[in-house]
Amino acid sequence: MIDYERLMSSSVRSLKPSGIRRFFDILENMHDPSAISLGIGEPDFVTPWHIREAGIYSLEQGFTKYTGNAGLKALRAETSNYLKRRFDLSYDPDGEIFITVGGSEAIDLCVRALVEAGDEVIVPVPSFVCYGPLVTMSSGTPVYVETKAENEFRLTARELREAITPRTKLLILPFPNNPTGAVMERKDLLAIEEVLRGTDIMILSDEIYSELSYGIHHTSPANIDGLKERTLVVNGFSKAFAMTGWRLGYVCGPKPLLRQMVKIHQYGIMSAPTTSQYAAIEALKNGDDDIEMMRESYDRRRKLMLKRLRDMGLECFEPKGAFYMFPSIKSTGMTSDEFCTRFLEEEKVAVIPGTAFGQGGEGFVRMCYAASVENIEAAMDRMKRFLERVRK
Amino acid sequence: MNDILKLLEEDCRYTPDQIAAMTGRTAEEVSKAIDKLREDGVINGYTALIDWEKTDADTVTAFIEVKITPQRDDGFDRIAKRIYQYDEVESLYLMSGAFDFAVIVTGRSLKDVSQFVSLKLAPIDGVISTATHFIMKRYKDKHRIFSKKPVEEERVLFV
Repeated sequence: MIDYERLMSSSVRSLKPSGIRRFFDILENMHDPSAISLGIGEPDFVTPWHIREAGIYSLEQGFTKYTGNAGLKALRAETSNYLKRRFDLSYDPDGEIFITVGGSEAIDLCVRALVEAGDEVIVPVPSFVCYGPLVTMSSGTPVYVETKAENEFRLTARELREAITPRTKLLILPFPNNPTGAVMERKDLLAIEEVLRGTDIMILSDEIYSELSYGIHHTSPANIDGLKERTLVVNGFSKAFAMTGWRLGYVCGPKPLLRQMVKIHQYGIMSAPTTSQYAAIEALKNGDDDIEMMRESYDRRRKLMLKRLRDMGLECFEPKGAFYMFPSIKSTGMTSDEFCTRFLEEEKVAVIPGTAFGQGGEGFVRMCYAASVENIEAAMDRMKRFLERVRK
Repeated sequence: MNDILKLLEEDCRYTPDQIAAMTGRTAEEVSKAIDKLREDGVINGYTALIDWEKTDADTVTAFIEVKITPQRDDGFDRIAKRIYQYDEVESLYLMSGAFDFAVIVTGRSLKDVSQFVSLKLAPIDGVISTATHFIMKRYKDKHRIFSKKPVEEERVLFV
């Protein structure tokens, strides 16, 4: 018998499976049609038809081969126009942008291209689950920095300064943030710039939720003088255009870095899916109205859920980005895990414990409001009933 | 005001409380605004979208092109009024192009609708001609696609 465990790379073995998964296993085994999931972090819209149709048309024309490693030239050009138009970011489509398999691949490439043994990577938490494990896979050391509810889960200059050591190679800026909904505004980024000035620390800015900003305009670190040259911007089509299944994203940054990164992409991936690339050109050319329509719709549901949570007496900071609420459940005296397990078992609503997103998540739960108003209302009614019961 | 209308158009069952939460108003403000919109004839009623094909009820819908001679002083309006008062008429539109009125008529059977056209609609003074098209299948109405429930897909759920 082969001992597979012994064969596996120790860095892979050391990875923990995502903490989100467990709740879906319970939910799935319930087979209860009245169960509601506010757990998935995904748009509830289908990709707009004109975008899907462009993908279909590309198939009809027989565009089924690989594209260039960096992605279709037309797509890189449209991405460049889009970034200028929407976020005032200037990137040369020839060498400063390349197309990846989702934002996820772009994050992986950035980390793999920069990080090696002995390097430290600063990861603000709570945040999406992938950064730490990817750093570990590159033999680097993730240094987690807990953002605080009293700072609206922004990364402060002080927190950053305390985490920096001579080994710090990379800072991850995952804003707008999953799971907290926190954003970094210009003033916050200016403070970060001051801390990083004179260092060689790079920034990986994961801006996949950039179009889902409410009441404020998204600012990228690449909009800040002194930060652009040290920033890799990761973005994609999943959240802005409801295109999660198309697996398409991109990374922008300094040419010398991207030249190295594209090699990993070349050996590991070849090129992003061709059909998706053609669909994405249409999205960028004619999709601004879709973005607005979806953003407005999320915004209405954001306000609705926030009001319901606050009416129940739950402390909840107002998230200004993404599509998550991150209320504190400390008043129940339960841990996040206990709360989510009992809430799911007793009221058949799936929400995710904050601890699944790293340190600092204890005492919070993540709820996704990319759900129908009907389901949000029903879930909030059950939450109210649950709270009344457990608070006694 | 338009944000309230958009929400009601999306789902008219939204309560003033829900609309208030979603638009950043108080429930009282929303109720007042809706009352005003009703008074002003901006909101003309609330209805359900029903796929009658899935029921055992017999209904037939026809789309009828009508050509007319406009009347002195009243133009098209007087004839329109004589048409739209019939309960059988679901909708009536004044059109540009090859014909003047588009009339949507519902009845229990083909015979019902044909009789309405030949006995009520065609004889109206000023109606020159009619062309009746029966609706075979309704795919989409008011932005809603009339179809079976989609199959649940298998999904990766760790995002």
